[in-house]
Amino acid sequence: MQVSVNINGVEHSRDVEPRTLLVHFIRDDLQMRGTHWGCDTSNCGACTVWVDGAPVKSCTMLAVQAEGAEVTTVEGLVKDGALDPIQEGFTECHGLQCGYCTPGMMMTGRWLVDQNPNITREEIREGISGNICRCTGYKNILDAIEYARDHANSEVSA
Amino acid sequence: MTAVEEVPTSAAGNPIGFGRMVRKEDVRFVRGEGNYVDDVNLPGMLHGAILRSPFAHAKINSIDTSAALELPGVVAVVTGKDLEGLGLAWMPTLSYDTQAVLATDKVRFQGQEVAFVIAESRYIARDALELIDVDYDPLPVVADAKKALDPGAPIIRDDKEGKTDNIVYEKWEAGDEAVTDAAFAGADVVVTQEILYPRVHPSPMETCGSVAHMDPVTGKLILWTTTQAPHAHRTVYALVAGLPEHKIQVISPDVGGGFGNKVPIYPGYVLSIVGSIVAKRPVKWMEDRSENLMSTGFARDYHMTTSIASTKEGKILGVKVDVLADHGAFNGVAQPTNYPAGFFSIFSGSYDYPAAYCKVKAVYTNKAPGGVAYACSFRITEAVYAIERIVDCLAQELKMDPAELRLKNLLRPEQFPYKSPTGWEYDSGEYEKTMKVAMEMVGYDELRKEQAEKRAKGEYMGIGISFFTEGVGAGPRKHMDILGLGMADGCDLRVHPTGKAQVRLSVQTQGQGHETTFAQIVSHELGIPPEDIEVIHGDTDNTPFGLGTYGSRSTPVSGAAAALVARKVRDRARIVAAAALECAPDDLEWELGRWFVKGDPERGKTIQEIAMAAHGSLELPEGVEGHLDAQVVYNPPDLTYPYGCYICVVDVDPGTGQVKVRRFVAVDDCGTRINPMIVEGQVHGGLADGVGMALMELIAFDEDGNNLGGSFMDYLLPTSMECPDWELGETVTPSPHHPIGAKGVGESATVGSPAAVVNAVIDAIAPFGVRHADMPLTPANVWRAIQGNPIRTDMAVE
Repeated sequence: MQVSVNINGVEHSRDVEPRTLLVHFIRDDLQMRGTHWGCDTSNCGACTVWVDGAPVKSCTMLAVQAEGAEVTTVEGLVKDGALDPIQEGFTECHGLQCGYCTPGMMMTGRWLVDQNPNITREEIREGISGNICRCTGYKNILDAIEYARDHANSEVSA
Repeated sequence: MTAVEEVPTSAAGNPIGFGRMVRKEDVRFVRGEGNYVDDVNLPGMLHGAILRSPFAHAKINSIDTSAALELPGVVAVVTGKDLEGLGLAWMPTLSYDTQAVLATDKVRFQGQEVAFVIAESRYIARDALELIDVDYDPLPVVADAKKALDPGAPIIRDDKEGKTDNIVYEKWEAGDEAVTDAAFAGADVVVTQEILYPRVHPSPMETCGSVAHMDPVTGKLILWTTTQAPHAHRTVYALVAGLPEHKIQVISPDVGGGFGNKVPIYPGYVLSIVGSIVAKRPVKWMEDRSENLMSTGFARDYHMTTSIASTKEGKILGVKVDVLADHGAFNGVAQPTNYPAGFFSIFSGSYDYPAAYCKVKAVYTNKAPGGVAYACSFRITEAVYAIERIVDCLAQELKMDPAELRLKNLLRPEQFPYKSPTGWEYDSGEYEKTMKVAMEMVGYDELRKEQAEKRAKGEYMGIGISFFTEGVGAGPRKHMDILGLGMADGCDLRVHPTGKAQVRLSVQTQGQGHETTFAQIVSHELGIPPEDIEVIHGDTDNTPFGLGTYGSRSTPVSGAAAALVARKVRDRARIVAAAALECAPDDLEWELGRWFVKGDPERGKTIQEIAMAAHGSLELPEGVEGHLDAQVVYNPPDLTYPYGCYICVVDVDPGTGQVKVRRFVAVDDCGTRINPMIVEGQVHGGLADGVGMALMELIAFDEDGNNLGGSFMDYLLPTSMECPDWELGETVTPSPHHPIGAKGVGESATVGSPAAVVNAVIDAIAPFGVRHADMPLTPANVWRAIQGNPIRTDMAVE
């Protein structure tokens, strides 16, 4: 069946099987490879994207459920060629190693900061507990999201 | 914080040499522009899926693929019988055993590969699996290693001619049994404990997979695959499939974590190659998470009866360990040939005593193959866990503080290089210093006071110490090989005319940051800014031969190769500079990035000027070739021995058995630190692994051989909630035989940390009379231990 989704500001329309998962629609049908797949059971969060502004594990949602929605993926974080503070934070704080969980982790992290510009470290810790990283032991990821919080705030106040 | 000497900074703000710099590879990763195997899409590419056995042990009567073949979009279905015709039904493992690519006679573990579907899409391939009809006769199962040798036990490997038992190997030993027995006979105190290191799984976030493209015209095979050892894999494919090695290109693109999981060769890789040959089109195979957990290389599964002997004052006299090793249905471990139990015999640990002995017996069971994986440094994880657990048991027996007991027995600096009672030669160490740094950081004495106060109030906190010594960086070639391939690494360096460089490595990164640290090594030797040095790796057509990234060997082996190849270039640069400056090479002196005339520092040539001159028309002395390239093969003289002291603080709720890791202090000594930020990141990750294994992670089985850890719903990885903010310290004792004094650190924390966590939990609940409980210390298992009823964790309990 036909599905139309706005991804990172661009309208995409495709004929898909009704059972097609959103993560496969993004990766296979649209060939946008930044969103990763890790577990099938919505435990790991590597496939996290935003659907209408809220983080969703795209392995647990059908593409047709995103009909008419605005979806943001990791490829949508860069604005006018500039990295988002969350991307800067992950780089500066060594918040990634193999890079596989990173897109999902950044989508969750950026959303947390957007929801609460004064979010505490412990609130971030709880907020990312649905995203698994096997490399970093999380400390630097918390640092990276705090970096994004601090730099996103300074941009707002500037 | 870091003991790195001050180095000059490049125009881009990076250290010219060692020091903190952000990673070069992050530019693509944070943009979602990584290139993992599942990101590889080729024109006309097909998708493969594997039908797996629901039984742990069953005879295959027949396989009917007709309905699957009728499904539109299915191109082919391959069974074991088809492979038999090609001589490919079985493949060698990395330990000189054989493993079924697709089962022919019977299945031997739940999740074993039975048939392979090739179809136009991944969804159709999965649909077709449902249409394959396999007629099985279930057979009695051996899921419990302790029952594998029972007289009536079913024989798992009856494919091996004349095999009448389930023994992989009967006895592998190290150390002197008679000397150790004598030490035990003369001891005041002997403590024995059965210690299980249960089966766990590396679980990288990216599962295993491959894309095979056999060009039907040229006969060249290109295989994009999740491998930590692309060169070794290429050779094995040549040997297995009879493909000419010069026509095999193995590309390991970005790899989403390895931890040992991506060292073995799996049937799926071979099947993607077979599929590409059969279909004459590229074939992609990506396993799902359950397939990864149920069929690929697990880790540990060591039953270790461990004994320690000491004087009543706490001077350790000897240690012995009797191991029953569960290797699963095929001996799929990947370790040096001469070391069937890996480097387990380093179990004598960090202490000064003369007598140690171990013997290991390995058995087949109806469980997935594997055994060496998950950042274990070839079974040093098991060894460190055994010694550090038994030392704590001894401390409890002696009613002595475990820190005091360790300090009393640690090796002293003047004993290095130290020959251990099982034959290892530790290169360097200042153990007491490192331990005292850790105790000071954590505030050990205050914590003990707090613990006493809390106990008086009925609150239970525990403090656990682990002191570990690892041997990493295998070879040398003489002693260490995998399938006959000696463990030495090549490295090529090319400095281009404009002074920019490319360094080619045999090792492959799975997140360790090679593209940054190896550029820093070359930068340190030549003074070329790291941003001007490109690291090329993970492609056998474009890199020199070497054995790969595992056992923390990249920095000790390939890191040495990178330093030495740069020094070779530096020597060549000296000759070129001398020709340009019209002086003798001996008249020149090196400063970072430049040769200059001794006593006349103004007269000199930078490495960039030399590079251009080397490619130009400058007349060079006879016999000196132009250009500025070099190649080396580094055959390490010995292992390097990183070590460290870890202290964990936990709070335990005795009512629920819930463990909260309150603090974790880790002081690592891995010699010279190339990029301290990356070293710390490696340690952080390993500490999380340790907390996971100690408290959560487990692949258990029921009596029927059903895998009870087959998804992330059941196999619990640590999240941010279980991980405290790690507190790191360091000491720096360089390796005397490594060109830059580095020792390797990738696995240190995974090796060292589980014992610290378990020791802390046992310390907390010791007032209930608990001396030991097996991992994982889930709330239920801790609660049972408190009730005086600790259980075996590797088998399902009623």
